[in-house]
Amino acid sequence: MNNNEVIQVEGLTKMFGDFAAVNAITFEVKKGEIFGFLGANGAGKTTAMKMLIGISKPTAGMATVAGFDVFTQAEDIKKNIGYMSQKFALYDDLTVKENITFFGGIYGLSRKRIKEKSKALIEELGLEEVANKLVGALPLGWKQKLSFSVSLIHDPKIVFLDEPTGGVDPITRRQFWEMIYKAANQGTTVFVTTHYMDEAEYCDRVSIMVEGKIEALDTPKKLKEQFNAANMNDVFLKLARG
Amino acid sequence: MSITVSNISKSYKNVKALKDISFEVKPAELFGLIGPDGAGKTTLFRVLTTLLIANQGNAAVAGFDVVTDYKKIRNNVGYMPGKFSLYQDLTVEENLNFFATIFGTTIEENYDLIKEIYVQIAPFKNRRAGKLSGGMKQKLALCCALIHKPKVLFLDEPTTGVDPVSRKEFWEMLKRLQQKDITILVSTPYMDEAALCDRIALIQDGKILQIDTPEAIVKHFPKQIYNVRASNMYQLINSLKDYKYNHSVYPFGEFVHYTDSRTNFNPEELKVHLESKNLLNIEIEVTEATIEDTFMELAK
Amino acid sequence: MKRFIGFIKKEFYHIFRDSRSLFILFGMPIAQILLFGFAITNEINNVDIAILDHSKDATTEEIINKIAASKYFSIKKIIEKESDIETIFKKGKVKAVLNFEKDFSKNLVKDHEATVQIITDATDPNTANTISNYVQAILQKYQKNLNKEISIPYQIVPESRMVYNPELKSVYMFVPGVMTIILMLVSAMMTSISITREKELGTMEILLVSPLKPIQVIIGKVFPYIFLSIINAVVIVVLSIFIFKMPVQGSLFLLAMESILFIISALALGILISTISATQQTAMMISLMGLMLPVILLSGFIFPISSMPEPLQIISNIIPAKWFIIIIKGIMLKGVGLQFIWKETLILLGMTVFFIALSVKKYKIRLE
Repeated sequence: MNNNEVIQVEGLTKMFGDFAAVNAITFEVKKGEIFGFLGANGAGKTTAMKMLIGISKPTAGMATVAGFDVFTQAEDIKKNIGYMSQKFALYDDLTVKENITFFGGIYGLSRKRIKEKSKALIEELGLEEVANKLVGALPLGWKQKLSFSVSLIHDPKIVFLDEPTGGVDPITRRQFWEMIYKAANQGTTVFVTTHYMDEAEYCDRVSIMVEGKIEALDTPKKLKEQFNAANMNDVFLKLARG
Repeated sequence: MSITVSNISKSYKNVKALKDISFEVKPAELFGLIGPDGAGKTTLFRVLTTLLIANQGNAAVAGFDVVTDYKKIRNNVGYMPGKFSLYQDLTVEENLNFFATIFGTTIEENYDLIKEIYVQIAPFKNRRAGKLSGGMKQKLALCCALIHKPKVLFLDEPTTGVDPVSRKEFWEMLKRLQQKDITILVSTPYMDEAALCDRIALIQDGKILQIDTPEAIVKHFPKQIYNVRASNMYQLINSLKDYKYNHSVYPFGEFVHYTDSRTNFNPEELKVHLESKNLLNIEIEVTEATIEDTFMELAK
Repeated sequence: MKRFIGFIKKEFYHIFRDSRSLFILFGMPIAQILLFGFAITNEINNVDIAILDHSKDATTEEIINKIAASKYFSIKKIIEKESDIETIFKKGKVKAVLNFEKDFSKNLVKDHEATVQIITDATDPNTANTISNYVQAILQKYQKNLNKEISIPYQIVPESRMVYNPELKSVYMFVPGVMTIILMLVSAMMTSISITREKELGTMEILLVSPLKPIQVIIGKVFPYIFLSIINAVVIVVLSIFIFKMPVQGSLFLLAMESILFIISALALGILISTISATQQTAMMISLMGLMLPVILLSGFIFPISSMPEPLQIISNIIPAKWFIIIIKGIMLKGVGLQFIWKETLILLGMTVFFIALSVKKYKIRLE
C-alpha cells in the first residue's frame, strides 16, 4: 500500500449475467496525477468509473479510492470525492449562486464556508455579471467550467470527470483543461474520461480500455513510441485494429 | 451550384442562431461545416432541408428554393439528422426497407450505392436498431439516407460520440460517395475531420469565420506558431501567459502553441524568460498551423 | 400508395413491439370492464340489519320471516330496547334497524294502520335510500297480500317499476360509460403519444424531409388504432353480453357504426393533442387531464347531467362522449333505431369533421 496512491484497483470486475463489462482491470493512480481513462463507447469505462465513485457494486476484485474500500465504504467514498458528469451537472432553473449554495450544502459545507467559496468561485470564473442569472441561460462553456468548480467546492482529494468537454469550442476546452492543470498542481488528483483523443495528450498517464480490459497504460509519450504513432488518435486506431 | 446560401439569418426567441450566412457548395463537393455546439450548424441544416424558414435571406438546394419549392427538395435530398434518427424497435432490414418505400424505391434498385457500407452491417440485419453499437447505427443511418439516390446529402454531426475507428471508416465511405456524383454537406465539431473535406466553412456563434480549402486556411494563418515544451505543463502555461509579448498561448497535447505579438520574434528570448521561471527541459520549435489554430485565432 | 402501406406496416410494428402500448391497448380495457362490472355495484346484497320488535306477534313474525328470506337482507341481531339502536349503529354492525311498534297486529286489525320504523344508516346515503326502498317494497308486497282477503275502500297503491333496468343493475349504467372512456382514452392518448414519440426521437424530421405527405402521415398513424379500437369495442360488448348478461336490444350494426364514428372523433382529438405537445409525457398528461377527467365528470357517465349546475351542463354539450353515451344507451338498453338518435349522431358527426379539419390544419409541415 503506497501512501502516494489515491486509487488502487486490482482485478476489478463487473459482470452483467455472463457478460463481463469490466474484466479484471488493475491499475493505480498517484496523488496529483491527471489520469486519462480512455476507450470506445461500450468498452466499459463508464461502468468502471461508476464502481470507483461508489454507485455500482463490483462483482469481483478489489479497489480503494481515497483510502476507502469500494465494496464496504461506498458512502465514505462519495463524501470524499468530486464528480462531474456532462449530463447532470447543474440545475438549469437555479441561478449560479443558488447552484453553488445547493451543492455546497449537499457536501456538508458550513454556511460561512459556502459564502466564502461562492465569492471566490464567482470571481475566479469571472461570473460576477451573471451570478444571479439562471444557469440554463449560460453558454455551454461557462456551464461546464462552473460545473467543474462546483465539483471541487468541498476540496476533495480526487475528482472524477465523465466526458467533461463534449461539444464546446476549442478555446473553452483549453480553458477547462487549464483549470484541470491548476487543480492538479494544487494536489487534487484528476480522473478523467474523454473521447477527444487530443485531450488524452494533456494527461500524465493514460489507460485505454477495449472490451472490458485495459489494453494500454502509460504516458502519452511512451504510448506513441510503443505504437509508432504520431498522436493518441493513431495509438487508438492501431490498438483497435489489433 | 448544388447549394447556394445568401444572407441567411435565423433567430429563435432572443437568440440569433444564424447571422447573415452566405456560401456555395459545388456539385459533388465534400463540404464541411466546422464548429462547436451552439455555432448554428443544426439550424443551418434545418433551413436547407426546408424544416425551418429563415427570417432573412434565400437559399436553394439542387436548384430549388427552400421555401417555395420545398416539396421538390424533400423528394430529392438525403438527410441524416443528429443522433442518427432510426427506428429503434425496427430491425436493420426493416428500417432500410421503410426508408426505401417512403421514397418510392426498393433496396435492390440502388443497392450498388450502399453496398460497401451495408455489407458491414448485413450480418446484423435482423437485429433491432436500438441494439446496435454507435458505429453500426451510424452506418445504417447513412444507408437509409442514401437508399433513394439523393443528389444532395446532408449529414448533421454524423461522427459525434462515435469511436475513432468508426469515424475514420465513415469518412473513407464519404470520400467514395463523392465519386458517385453526390454533393455532401457535413457538419462536425472535430477539427481533424475538417482536413478531409474539399472545402470547409468555420462557423462560431452563428457567423462564418472563413471559407476555403483546408490547406488554404492553414496557409493563411497570420503568424508563425511555435511548439513549446517544458517539464511542467501548468507552470509553462502560466509563464507563457506572463510573458508580455505573447499573442496566444494554447495547450496542444504535450506542447503549447505559442504565437508572439511581434513580427521579429526571437525564440531565444523566450527561452531565457522561461528559464528564469525555473522551468527545465525547455524546447521551442517552429510548427505548422492546424485548422484548430486558425479557428481559435478567428474566433477570438 | 405503396409508400402509405409501408408507413402503416411500420406503425403496426411499433405497436406490437412495445409491451407498454399493448398493455394499455388491450389489458386496460378488459381490466376496467371487469372491475367496474363486478366490484362496483349499487345494488345491495346481504345487508346486515337488526330487528326491534315491541309486539312479537304473528304479523310481525311473518314480516320478519319475509325479510329474512330475501337475499337482500341478513338479520344480524335482535335487539330489545330503544337505547340499543344507537349503540348498534355506532358499532357499525348493521346498516338498518326495523322498529315494530307495540301491538302491531292489533292496531292493523282495529285501525287498519300499523307503523314500522325503518331506520337506516345514512352515512352512505345511496345505500340507505336503496335499503329503505327495498324494505318498503317487501312491506308493500306483504300488505298487498293481506289486503286481498279484506275489503277496504279505494286505495291507490303506488307501484313503481324501474324501466329498462328493473333490477337497477349498475352494470347497465357502467358498461356504456366505461366503453366510452376506454375508446376515448385509448384512441386519443395512443395516437397522440405515437406522433409525439416520433418528434421526441427525431425521426419526425426524416419523415418530413421525404415525399410522404402530411395527410399520409396522419392517416397512417391513425389507421392501426382505428383497427385496434374496434377490436377493443367488440371485446367489451362481448364481455358485457356474456359475462354480465347485458342485453343489446338494438341493432348491432348501428352500434358498430356509431362506435366507429366516435372512435374517429377520439383519434382526431389525439392528433390535435399531438400538434400542441412536444413530448410524449405532455401528450399523455393532456389526454388524461383534458379528456378523461371531463369525460368522467361531465359526460353523464357517473353523475347525471341534469343534476349539474347550469354552466357545467352547457359545457357538457361540447364533449363528444356525452352524445355517444346517449347513443349507446339508446341502442343497447332501449333498442332504438336511427330515427330516435339521429340528432345526437349528427352532432357527433359534426364534431368529428371539425376535429379532423382542425388537426389537419394545425399539423406542422415544418419544425416550428
